Amino acid sequence: MTGTPVAVRIDGVDKVFRTRKGGEVHALSDVSLDVAAGEFVSLIGPSGCGKSTLMRLVADLDPLTSGEITVFGKSVEQARKDQDYGIAFQQAGLLPWRSVRANIELPLEIHGVDARDRRDRSDELLALIGLEDFADHHPDQLSGGMKQRVAIARAMAERPRLLLMDEPFGALDEMTREHMQNELVALCQETGAAVIFVTHSIPEAVFLSDRVVVMSPRPGRITDIVPLDFKARDEDLREDTAFYEGVTAVRTLLHGSEQGGPRGVENR
Amino acid sequence: MRMASTARTLLAPLTLGVIAIALWQALVVALAIEPFLVPSPSGIAGAFADSFDRIVDAAGKTGLNALIGLVLGAVTGILVAIIANALRFLSQMLAPVVAALAVIPIVALAPVFYAMFGAAANTGRQLVAAIAVFVPMYLNTMHGLRQVEPVHRDLMRSYAATAEQTNRMVLIPGAVPYVLTGLKIGSSLAVISALIAEYFGGPANGLGIAITSAAAGSNYTAAWAYVLGAVLLGALFYGVTAGIEALSQRRRGGS
Repeated sequence: MTGTPVAVRIDGVDKVFRTRKGGEVHALSDVSLDVAAGEFVSLIGPSGCGKSTLMRLVADLDPLTSGEITVFGKSVEQARKDQDYGIAFQQAGLLPWRSVRANIELPLEIHGVDARDRRDRSDELLALIGLEDFADHHPDQLSGGMKQRVAIARAMAERPRLLLMDEPFGALDEMTREHMQNELVALCQETGAAVIFVTHSIPEAVFLSDRVVVMSPRPGRITDIVPLDFKARDEDLREDTAFYEGVTAVRTLLHGSEQGGPRGVENR
Repeated sequence: MRMASTARTLLAPLTLGVIAIALWQALVVALAIEPFLVPSPSGIAGAFADSFDRIVDAAGKTGLNALIGLVLGAVTGILVAIIANALRFLSQMLAPVVAALAVIPIVALAPVFYAMFGAAANTGRQLVAAIAVFVPMYLNTMHGLRQVEPVHRDLMRSYAATAEQTNRMVLIPGAVPYVLTGLKIGSSLAVISALIAEYFGGPANGLGIAITSAAAGSNYTAAWAYVLGAVLLGALFYGVTAGIEALSQRRRGGS
């Protein structure tokens, strides 16, 4: 187990949902993917391609139909019980009756970390996300971007080596979104965590990822994987030719994967 | 701003009330209606002032029964809902019982309780109020516990939280607004039930007894004065519980 280079191994995974009328929806078909420790992988594709489903399988939030997923060499259930991953969703999902600090401390509290250590950790995280002055505020007093920052801090509370993020910036405006992407890059460099990042946005995927996994729907499967090797992921990258080339490459693959152009994919 | 809007929301019903009472008074005087038919507001006010001490005393007796019933019904309603929500088979077993409790006129049980606990005890009245309160408390708490957002459910599963932790940290705090609404509904039911239960016997004290005995003695103006006392008692219960609900909403803000 020492220094295993693979964070997540997805091997020949199928996921079939049974509908209430007795029909079947083939959400994922024969999906295989390895995510290395410390690697940032985005899943992109049109609505219904199963990218969120795939992330939920890794998180052990839904059971898979066939195939195998291991997280740091363990079953997904064991990895969930061992708190090997932190998770963030499109909705921040903060508890409205808890202060910002108490929200960040929620997972620590559940796992029996004592009050002083919780406070130390939440102080660190509040500084990391730049919300020291909002520790005692409640979620309804925060903007959408601030809420999402709190949700990400909460996901990182237990220093997981893997972050699972399901369109965490999907509900934010473009300005806030780019700002949050910059922060996420910094956070990941600091923590060295592997990330599986589900998104609709091509530029977002290209800006953040070491690899962009392109998926297509009905049934959901992986069609291409685009590796990206940028020297630095900062504001300059957004104006860089290499960045535009990456965006074009991903966009071309998405167009090719479905006739008549991609639906449900943001091209901005 | 808040003061001004509160004043405006109060002003309209107050104005209506004043006009209605003035009309009532004018009609009774102009048509010379006998007090046993409809007493005048001024007559009722006079009787209310004259027997103020007795009304307060009777309201205290009825109010105490209602309060004990409210607390008892609320606590059992909340606890049973929490347990039933955790154990699905129990909630299915309880569903017909609660439906039955909701449709039978609970005050009709009063004579049975008087027989069980003795006519000198207030227990029967308190139990009638408690059962009446139990139904909305149980239903509202249950509804609130089931309002949990999918994202919170996913989150607690990802933390491998125990059922007890999920209940304590997510479900129960999330149900608080619904519980408080149930309490507001239950508060009026508690007063009405405790008062009506007095009509069926039991110790000779309380507003319900006072109303019936005043009416039986043809003292209609006094009967109306006790009715006014009952209205004020009900308003007090409702006002306090509605106030708690509003306070909690303001404290928690939006989500």
